[in-house]
Amino acid sequence: MIAEAGLAALWLAAGLAAYQFVLMLLALKSAVDVARPMRAVAVAQGALTLIAFAMLLLVFATSDMSVKLVFENSNSAKPFIYKVAGAWGNHEGSMLMWVTILAVAGSFLAMFSRRTSERTLMSALGSQAVLALGFYAFLLIASNPFARLFPAPADGEGLNPLLQDPGLAFHPPTLYLGYVGLSVAFSLAVGALLTGEVDSRLARAMRPWVLAAWVLLTLGITAGSYWAYYELGWGGYWFWDPVENASLMPWLAATALLHSINVLAARGALKAWTMMLAVIAFSMSMVGTFLVRSGILTSVHAFAIDPERGTFLLVLLAIYVGAALTLFAVRGANLKEGAPFELVSRETGLVINNLLLSVILGIVFLGTLYPLFVEALSGEKLSVGAPYFNAVAGPLALVLAILVGIGPLLSWRRERRPVWGQLKLPALLAASALAVTIILAPGIAILPRLGLTVAAFLGAASVLPLVGRNPLRAPLATWGMVIAHLGIAIALAGMAANAAFSSERLAVAKPGDTLDVGPWTVRLADVTPTAGKNFTALEAELRATRGEDVITLSPQTHYYSDPQTETNESAIRTLWNGQLYTVLGRADASGGWQLRLWWKPFVTLIWAGGALIALGGAIALLGRVWRRRRKDATADWRKERYA
Amino acid sequence: MKPKNQRLVLVSAASVAALIAVLLAMWGVRSQASFFYTPADIAAGKATDGQGARLGGMVEPGSIKHDADGVTIRFVVTDGKATTPVVFRGIPPELFREGSGAVAEGRMQSGTFVADTILAKHDERYMPPELGNLAAEHKAGKTLAK
Repeated sequence: MIAEAGLAALWLAAGLAAYQFVLMLLALKSAVDVARPMRAVAVAQGALTLIAFAMLLLVFATSDMSVKLVFENSNSAKPFIYKVAGAWGNHEGSMLMWVTILAVAGSFLAMFSRRTSERTLMSALGSQAVLALGFYAFLLIASNPFARLFPAPADGEGLNPLLQDPGLAFHPPTLYLGYVGLSVAFSLAVGALLTGEVDSRLARAMRPWVLAAWVLLTLGITAGSYWAYYELGWGGYWFWDPVENASLMPWLAATALLHSINVLAARGALKAWTMMLAVIAFSMSMVGTFLVRSGILTSVHAFAIDPERGTFLLVLLAIYVGAALTLFAVRGANLKEGAPFELVSRETGLVINNLLLSVILGIVFLGTLYPLFVEALSGEKLSVGAPYFNAVAGPLALVLAILVGIGPLLSWRRERRPVWGQLKLPALLAASALAVTIILAPGIAILPRLGLTVAAFLGAASVLPLVGRNPLRAPLATWGMVIAHLGIAIALAGMAANAAFSSERLAVAKPGDTLDVGPWTVRLADVTPTAGKNFTALEAELRATRGEDVITLSPQTHYYSDPQTETNESAIRTLWNGQLYTVLGRADASGGWQLRLWWKPFVTLIWAGGALIALGGAIALLGRVWRRRRKDATADWRKERYA
Repeated sequence: MKPKNQRLVLVSAASVAALIAVLLAMWGVRSQASFFYTPADIAAGKATDGQGARLGGMVEPGSIKHDADGVTIRFVVTDGKATTPVVFRGIPPELFREGSGAVAEGRMQSGTFVADTILAKHDERYMPPELGNLAAEHKAGKTLAK
């Protein structure tokens, strides 16, 4: 009965979404006040999807094998936490989660948004309902998560052991929250284009949503990168894989939006451009979902292929993006541009930031989808990988990182403060970093060398907005910006150090043999069999020494029976100046073991930087919401007093 | 700047940026994209030596051989019509087995495919999309247009 209850909740929610859309049409065509029913319907829709999702969690938690999805993706022998996480570790479950977040975001918008006019809010809620409607249809027609099996099988087919990892429990939900959070920005933009009220009020209403979605996307990408790093055992943290690009593209668009929205909020300028970005950001989320869910491109993360579903998603995508862009083309041209600004001003800085981010987004987008275009046109199959993205997007990203250090120092409207004087120290640091790498490490490649140089510059320049004023009195949003920009410098330093100074060793060793990697000497002490809850394993014991330091690492190979799979579990030791990364391979005929060892200096800075970027966003979000509360409270008090 | 001129400047800046993105991307894919080949394509001489490429097919049963260093393997990939020898240095993925499908990333070098990466099936359900279509296409006698 649980599965049927979930299905019924889903159908009801779909009905409510349709009703919500009708209400929007009423509101736009006539003066009927639909605010109260609209809000109620949006909230009820969110609650119903939550019920449906809870039912899915329940059938997974209780291992109800009569539900097809549970049978295919779970097994009663699995640890409980992975049974629950298995609910969204598959196509149908993850799409249900997608729709749930979409509907819940809609109900939050209905409950908490007070900044825009009622008319714009009603239109935005209508747009949100249309988005949800398409995905309800997708779930109910093409991927019903609650389908039953008769007769019920005795036990399930298990779950890919690669996915039995704490990363799975948090990584996809975080990314999805980010993806779908952007739907609110999309709907607000569509709503404002419908009513013509594109102004700084709208920007302020949209900003917390964009910030929140962006923080979650940043966290999701950072966590996903670390997950791939230790789980795949290839020593890499970013593969320019279509599934990774699928999360990077909305992030790039959201980053651009985050910056242009500030221009709209503060100066009323860049109206059309910001609306365009809001549309594109969520479109990229949908493109990402399409790429991941259709399995149309070869990916190290792809788990299932279904062309029919891919087509369904593609049609949805085409309808939504097409409709939004048409609306933009019709209405966007009529928007009045806001306050003018001079060539050297913060506005110009943010415009250049946006242009560079858009160019990078375009490059990633074209590179990711190029194989699809070519195959559709000529039938030829090809792939575009890391060499393309690094060569084309890498230098642009470095230029952008330099500008990140300069832009925040510029004033709104026109140049007032002497910027170049402030930048002397960062420039000096960058020059010394360049000189030091040339003298101490003459052999490293050009891009990592420039990366270290730019990281030194940005690291110093990013904190300048707090220099020369009382930092405690600076707004939280400024603190957030400084921390996020510093995070970019730190992540960049980690990437460059990893690319420039990593050492790798791949060899066969017998117990007792030693191998050298970077400054470390690693001895293979022994390889012993061991067992886990639902797998058997081989475990190597490695003793690594570097001068006084002695550490022990135990990489493993796991053998699962349901389904029959092996995984390499890398063993990683983090030290203050880098990570020692070890993988156990297979045995050869003579009793030796394949070992793959890396010494990666300062590689952890990559994820530390990513976490800082997210933290900066979170602080800025806190500042925006908190300040608004305070302002609203004062306004209410005044209203009461002078009423 | 007047608002009207300002918009004109912004629109042209955006167009120039879009153009740059497209040009850069086109230049990039031209020099960096790697084509997907089957052993039959290789036999027909489609692959250029040293150019990044992907090779897909079945690992021929009994063909996996280990070099003396223990970390270099040699095997033969077949599509039923032709075969290509492959050399790979590294730890192959978990489900890399004789008689099952694999895609190798690398390049041709004097008659041998030198692989940097090998992608195999992730689990029972996952098959690299290129391989999934392979069987059907060859049944239909369809040749890849060049």
